[in-house]
Amino acid sequence: MGKNLAGKTASIIAVLVVFVYGILYGSNVPKLGSLKSLLADNIRLGLDLKGGTHLVLQVHVDEAVTSATDRDVARLKAAFAAAGIAASVGKTDPAHPETIVVTGIPPAKVSDARTVLEGSDYSIYDTSLLADGTGTLAMKLGAVNDLKARTLDTSMETINERINSLGVSEPVVQKYGLGENQILVELPGISNPAEVEEAIQSTAKLAVYAVVNGPWDNDQAALTALNNVVPPDDVLVHGSATSTGPDQVWLLERASQVEGTDFRDAQPSTDVNGRPNLTFTLTTAAGDRFYKYTSAHSSTSASPGSMAIVLANKVRSVASINSAIRDRGEIEGNFSKQEVDNLSLMLRTGALPASISYTETRTVGPSLGAASIRQGVIAAIAGMLAVMAFMLIYYRGAGINADLALILNLVILLGFMGFSKATLTLPGIAGVILTIGMGVDSNVLIFERIREELRAGKTAAAAVQQGFAHAWVTIVDTHVTTIVSAAILFLFGTGPVKGFAVTLTFGLLANLFTAVFVSRVIFDRILETKERGAALSI
Amino acid sequence: MSLELFRTTNIDWLGKKWYFLGFSLIFSVAGVLSMLFWHHVPLGVDFKGGTQIRVAFDQTPNEDHLRQAMDRAGVKDFTIQRVSDPSGHAANKVIISLPEAGDQSHDIGRQSVEGALSANYHDSAFTIEQIEIVGPTAGKQLQKQAALATLYSLIGMLVYLWFRFELIYGVAAVVAVFHDTLITVGAFSLTNQEITLTVIAAILTLIGYSMNDTIVVFDRIRENLALSRKESLHDVVNRSINQTLSRTVISSGLTFLTVLSLYLFGGEVLHGFSFALVVGILIGTYSSIAVAAPMLVAYQDWRAKRGKVAALPAGKRAKA
Repeated sequence: MGKNLAGKTASIIAVLVVFVYGILYGSNVPKLGSLKSLLADNIRLGLDLKGGTHLVLQVHVDEAVTSATDRDVARLKAAFAAAGIAASVGKTDPAHPETIVVTGIPPAKVSDARTVLEGSDYSIYDTSLLADGTGTLAMKLGAVNDLKARTLDTSMETINERINSLGVSEPVVQKYGLGENQILVELPGISNPAEVEEAIQSTAKLAVYAVVNGPWDNDQAALTALNNVVPPDDVLVHGSATSTGPDQVWLLERASQVEGTDFRDAQPSTDVNGRPNLTFTLTTAAGDRFYKYTSAHSSTSASPGSMAIVLANKVRSVASINSAIRDRGEIEGNFSKQEVDNLSLMLRTGALPASISYTETRTVGPSLGAASIRQGVIAAIAGMLAVMAFMLIYYRGAGINADLALILNLVILLGFMGFSKATLTLPGIAGVILTIGMGVDSNVLIFERIREELRAGKTAAAAVQQGFAHAWVTIVDTHVTTIVSAAILFLFGTGPVKGFAVTLTFGLLANLFTAVFVSRVIFDRILETKERGAALSI
Repeated sequence: MSLELFRTTNIDWLGKKWYFLGFSLIFSVAGVLSMLFWHHVPLGVDFKGGTQIRVAFDQTPNEDHLRQAMDRAGVKDFTIQRVSDPSGHAANKVIISLPEAGDQSHDIGRQSVEGALSANYHDSAFTIEQIEIVGPTAGKQLQKQAALATLYSLIGMLVYLWFRFELIYGVAAVVAVFHDTLITVGAFSLTNQEITLTVIAAILTLIGYSMNDTIVVFDRIRENLALSRKESLHDVVNRSINQTLSRTVISSGLTFLTVLSLYLFGGEVLHGFSFALVVGILIGTYSSIAVAAPMLVAYQDWRAKRGKVAALPAGKRAKA
């Protein structure tokens, strides 16, 4: 015969041992422990089984472009003023925040203006200045995309640090989606989204703006006072001067004086009266800019002014500028200790360069997760017992063959999961159950064909050989189509659905091995012990 | 003696095709009518956006008191639904849903419901077991993902079948799959169950399963066509179905057993998913015999009427 059954049997046992190892230990060193604890340590559970929170955040990267051009508008105005060029600089089209429009340059000064525009400050713009004194600066596409990408990356790093402060084990923070500047945050073990949102939400965009006018009680009053004209360089913002004050409206300069990213350090402390306040330091460059502004508008100067601290587009505190501030200062404003702690943490670990909003929140509580595991396992065991019993009754001896192959199939499947550290989700458990059903289909295909061949009068050995040969083509066809289907689900599905695709694919791959190779070896061994012409138990 | 349910059957399957057509039509039309006029297509929060909160109470909740608790807190447009679960474990749970509020006020719905329950519902203690909030942007994204997945699945299958058989086999299989999907979605509409992302995954799986089943029959047809060139296609197809009947019924029966186990014991979270599979496996098995095979023969007869080649080609690469 020369079929090398001994070698084949040995390889099957080797596979069994390897994959049992995979289930218990994965690719780690073996250690002692009860079955349950080993399984719990080695098989990774998805959020729907462990309990946890899944968030998808949208980063509004366009804001970074708007802030950058706003600052450059201010810079250009100052540069023109210093060069003695009268001009009006602004952004006329809200749909194109990357474009700055310049008008009204006297013809005599056009060449001076060109010199200014060719300076290194504006190298990221495509500038064009016409002889009639109008021109545009459009941020280069490469610079825009670069800025957006950097904004997304910085946001991710910042959120990552915030999440770490929550002390979650194995958190996930990564880019998400099909390229829409979204971030995925997954936190096992936390099922209160409010807690997470507070840690992250307070990373909303913070900046300090110069107050032009106000406060008024509401939008109407503000517009009346301004004669219904809001100057293009300014914007109306709601908020309150203190954390407990009434909602009011201020007119602030559109370009910020200090951005969140300019803060180098921020610490909570107390003022002379023992009330909580915040001391901060800025980066040197920001400090220089801030010094120019605060010395021009401090309470001792000709035009005293105040500043508003705006967080998430709401005024949180308004402070008068007591003296010129370079890079060290204090923010005070009736904060509570908790608010000051949160604010300083936020500034310290780096504020977000753009604001974020939530597009998706999903949480699963631990009790639901545990119940799901229990129910999934019961369903799997019930299904498996039903199938095994039927195979034994209907196919008798061959049924044992099929049942052994089925058990090995599951061992290989779970071993795959252990080795690859794939995550088991609730649909993943359903995938295991489906694998049981679809896996045994291969055996049925083969056995029915063998029965047909026996009915046609072939000997046991010939029937087995024909049965496997004919069924092979169909088995390949059916497995390939289902695996293709699972692959598409993996590409387009979210976490739990990905888990389903993974277990189904592993299960079917394992089934190709067990239903065809292992079953064949078992049949061959049985045939070896039979005499020629003896009946096969099938 | 061995137990054999289908030793040698000789049923004229193709002759019964009008009965099959009628049966399929009844269920398809019922489903379509429900989708158009009755329950429409009940979309889960994944696709239509909004807030969905699963709350477990220590004692059976009183729905009227729940409604009052919500009203008193000023929560609007909410719906309260009991959790359906055949095993009876979920008797004390409800799902409270709110429509979508826009990306800016993402969390408002959840806060208002939790606040309303804490403040106004005093019949028993409760825990929030599961929260799903899907904003409009995410809703559209997920819709797009589901649609793309379905489209690519069908195209992938069509291409694979075209590659392994002839195009007509692929088209017949796709028509059968379309029929299965229509009836399954119709079943969801008739029973007013939500279609979520996991349900779409189940539907894609049953598409794969229905294809499998159809392929088994087609493989046998192809094999028999290669062996006997004198029989009419009608007889070959009937014989092929009879030969594979045993395997089809047993295999589907076993898969159905496992999926039924999932439906009965698998818990409330997988309820929609397992319902789709239960319906899908039954219909998928049926459609291979009742839709795909007759389509093959019908196409052949149509070609014959137009005077073209009489025998359906055995297909590419018909290797045993």
